[in-house]
Amino acid sequence: MASGLHDSQFTNPVIRWIDQRMPVFTMVQKEYGTFPTPRNFNYLWNFGALAMVNLVIMIVTGVVLAMNYTPHVTMAFDSVERIMRDVHFGWLLRYAHANGASMFFMVVYVHIWRGMYYGSFKAPRELLWMLGVVIFLLMMATAFMGYVLPWGQMSFWGATVITNLFSAIPLVGNTIVTFLWGGFSVDNPTLNRFFSLHYLLPFMIVGVVFLHIAALHITGSNNPLGIEPNGPQDTLPFHPYYTIKDSVGIVVYLMVFAVLVFFIPNYLGHADNYIPANPMATPTHIVPEWYFLPYYAILRAVPNKLGGVALMGGSILVLFVLPWLDTSKVRSMRFRPITRVLFFLWTINFFVLLSMGGKPAEQPYVLISQICTVIYFAYFLVVLPLMGRLERPLPLPESIAIAVLGKRATLGAGPIPGGATAKPMEKA
Amino acid sequence: MRLLKAFALATTLLVAGPALAADEGHGTELPSGNFSFDGVFGTFDRASAQRGFQVYKEVCSNCHSMRLMSYRNLLDIGLSEAQVRDIAATVQIPDGPNDEGAMFERAGRVSDHFRRPFANDQAARSANGGALPPDLSVITKAREGGADYVHALLTGYSDPPAGVTIMEGLHYNRWFPGHQIAMAPPLSDGQVQYTDGTATSVDQMAHDVATFLTWAAEPELEVRRAMGVKILIFLAILAGLAYATKRKVWANAH
Ligand code: HEC
Ligand code: HEM
Repeated sequence: MASGLHDSQFTNPVIRWIDQRMPVFTMVQKEYGTFPTPRNFNYLWNFGALAMVNLVIMIVTGVVLAMNYTPHVTMAFDSVERIMRDVHFGWLLRYAHANGASMFFMVVYVHIWRGMYYGSFKAPRELLWMLGVVIFLLMMATAFMGYVLPWGQMSFWGATVITNLFSAIPLVGNTIVTFLWGGFSVDNPTLNRFFSLHYLLPFMIVGVVFLHIAALHITGSNNPLGIEPNGPQDTLPFHPYYTIKDSVGIVVYLMVFAVLVFFIPNYLGHADNYIPANPMATPTHIVPEWYFLPYYAILRAVPNKLGGVALMGGSILVLFVLPWLDTSKVRSMRFRPITRVLFFLWTINFFVLLSMGGKPAEQPYVLISQICTVIYFAYFLVVLPLMGRLERPLPLPESIAIAVLGKRATLGAGPIPGGATAKPMEKA
Repeated sequence: MRLLKAFALATTLLVAGPALAADEGHGTELPSGNFSFDGVFGTFDRASAQRGFQVYKEVCSNCHSMRLMSYRNLLDIGLSEAQVRDIAATVQIPDGPNDEGAMFERAGRVSDHFRRPFANDQAARSANGGALPPDLSVITKAREGGADYVHALLTGYSDPPAGVTIMEGLHYNRWFPGHQIAMAPPLSDGQVQYTDGTATSVDQMAHDVATFLTWAAEPELEVRRAMGVKILIFLAILAGLAYATKRKVWANAH
C-alpha cells in the first residue's frame, strides 16, 4: 500500500481506490453502518430521520418551484397558480411544498418533545440540543418568508404584522423595519429579498444539520431510559436494526403526508391566501400558519408591544438554556414521577396556546393566553430548577441490556453487536 | 403496537393542532350543496359543469373576470374542440401592435384567456357602484366553505329581517359576511336556457355555476385524488413489507 493512503477495508477495487484517497465509504460505514446505537429506541427516535427526509423533500420541491415562480408583486400570485395549472405535476410540487412545511413542523415538534421528555438535552448533549434550537429558528424564518412568496392576503398581512414587531425595539426599531422591507412598506423589494433568503436559509439549515449530526456522533444517542450504554450488550449496529426501523417510520410518515397532499391540500392553509395581496384591504383576522400560533398567542397575551415581542422571543430562547435550567441528574421522565406529570400538563398547555393563537384578540381568549403564558414559562423557570432538588427519582435500571432483555442479558442472548453486521436475517 | 402508538400520535397532532386552531365558526352552518365532487372520491359532474359555464358566460361574466382561465381549458369539462373554438370566436380580443404599430381587435382563439368584462379595476368599480366584483378563477378556494358558500350566497337573497336596514345600493344576503352585499341578486328563475332541458331554477343554476367554479379553481382535483388512492395503496403495501422485515431483523434483539 502506497504511503499516505487511508487503510481501507473495502475490497471492491473502485470503492477501495476512492476510499484510500478519500475515506467517505469508511466514514459512512462507521457512522451509519456499525455505529453503536442503544438497543432500546422506541418509535419516537424515528423523528430525526423523518426531519432529514422532510428537509430533502422541501429542497427538491422548492428548487423546482423556483424554476417556475416569479418574485414580483404583480406576478407572484398568478405564477403560483400557473404552476398549479400549466406546469406538469405543478400542483403536486406546490401542494407537497406547502404541506411539506406543515409536516416539517409536526415532525420537528415531536422531535423536540421527545428530547424534552427523555432529557436528551442534558450533559453531554447540550451543544447538540442547542444546534437543534438553531435549526428550529432557521426553519421558522424560512417558513415565514416562504409563506410570503405566493403573495396572497395572508402573505402580505402576515409579513406586515410580523416585520412590524421589530419596530418595538427601542431607538433602532423603525430603522430595522425599513431595512427589512427595503422601503417604507411591504412591497416588491420585500418580496425579492424574502425570495432570495427563502432560497438561501434551507441550505444553511443543511449546514447546521450536519453539525447537529456531527455532535450526535460524538456523544452517541440518548435512549428512553436515559442511561448511557456501557458495553456492547447495550447497543446494536445502526444498520440493519435502525435503518429498517426508520424505514417503517418513513413509510408511515409518507402516508400521512400523502393524505394531506392528495385529499385535503388546503386544509391547513387559510382561504384568504387565495385572494391576491391587497395593501388597501385588511383581512378581518390576520392569523399566521398553525405552527406559529403558540408564539403568536404569547405575543398577544402581553398588553405592551415590546413586552410581547420579548416574551415571544424568550419562549424559544429559553430552550437554549434548558440544559442548565433542569437541575435533575436523571434524564428520562420515566423515572421522574412528579415532573413527568407536570411535563404532560405543560404539553397540554402548549396545545391550548396553539388554539388561542387562532382566536381573535378578545376576552376570554386573551386571559386564557395570559394564564397559559405564565404556565409555559413557569415550567422552565420554576418547576425544572426546583424539581431537580425536591423530587426523589425512581431507581434507574442497571443497564439497557438488563432492562430490555431481562435475564437473557446475562445469559448472553441476542446478537453480539461487536460482530455488527452478523447477518441477523439468518437468525430469525 | 408501538407502531400504532406512533401513528396515533402523529395523526392526533395532525388533526388536533389545526382543529384547535380552526376559527370560532360563523354561527350557523352553511347548507351542503350536495355536489358530485364532495367527499374523498367525488368527481366533477361534466354536464353540470358545462351548464355552469353557460351560466357564467351569460350572467356572471358581465361583471366578473376569470383571468386564470383559457378557452382551451374548457376541453377538460367535455366540450368538443369545435364547440370551444366557437365559444372563443364569439368574443373580440384586443391584440397588437400590428406591422403598422396599431392596436386592433380580433376574434378570440382557443389559446386566449377568458375575456375580461372591464379594462381595469377602476372601470369595474365605477360600473358597480364602487364595489369590485372579485375575479372568480379561484373563488371556491378563496372562501371558507368553497362551493357550498358560493351556492348558498347565490340562493341566500331575501328581504331583510324586520328591523334591519340595508344601505343604499346594497342587498340583504343571509350568507354574506355582514349580510349586506353590493352584488344585486344575479340569478332569477328561467334566466338562462339550458340546451339539455334541465329546469333553470335559481337553485339549479347556482348549483351548476358552483360546480363550474370549483372545477376552475381545482382543475387537478380528479387526477389528484386518483393518484392519491394509488399512492396510498402502494404505501400501505410497502408499510406492511417494511414492518414485516423489521420484525424479522429484530426477532432476536429484544
Ligand atoms: C351586476 C354585476 C354582477 C353580476 C352579474 C354578478 N356579480 Fe357577483 N359580485 C358583484 C359585485 C359588485 C360583488 C362585490 C360584492 C361586495 O363586495 O359587496 C360581487 C361578489 C361576488 C362574490 C364574492 C362574495 C364574497 O364573499 O366576497 C361571488 C362569489 C360572486 N359575486 C359570484 C357571482 C356569480 C357566481 C355570478 C353569476 C351567477 C355573479 N356573481 C354575477 C357583481 C356581480
Ligand atoms: C426548510 C425548508 C423550507 C421550508 C420550511 C419552506 C416553506 C415554504 C412555505 C411555507 C411556502 C408557502 C407555501 C404556500 O402556501 O404556497 C413556500 C413557498 C415557496 N418555496 Fe419554500 N420552503 C423550504 C425550502 C425551499 C427551497 C430550498 C426552495 C428553493 C429554492 C423553496 C422555494 C419556494 C418557492 C419558489 C415558493 C413559492 C411557491 C409557493 O408558494 O408554492 N423553498 N416555502
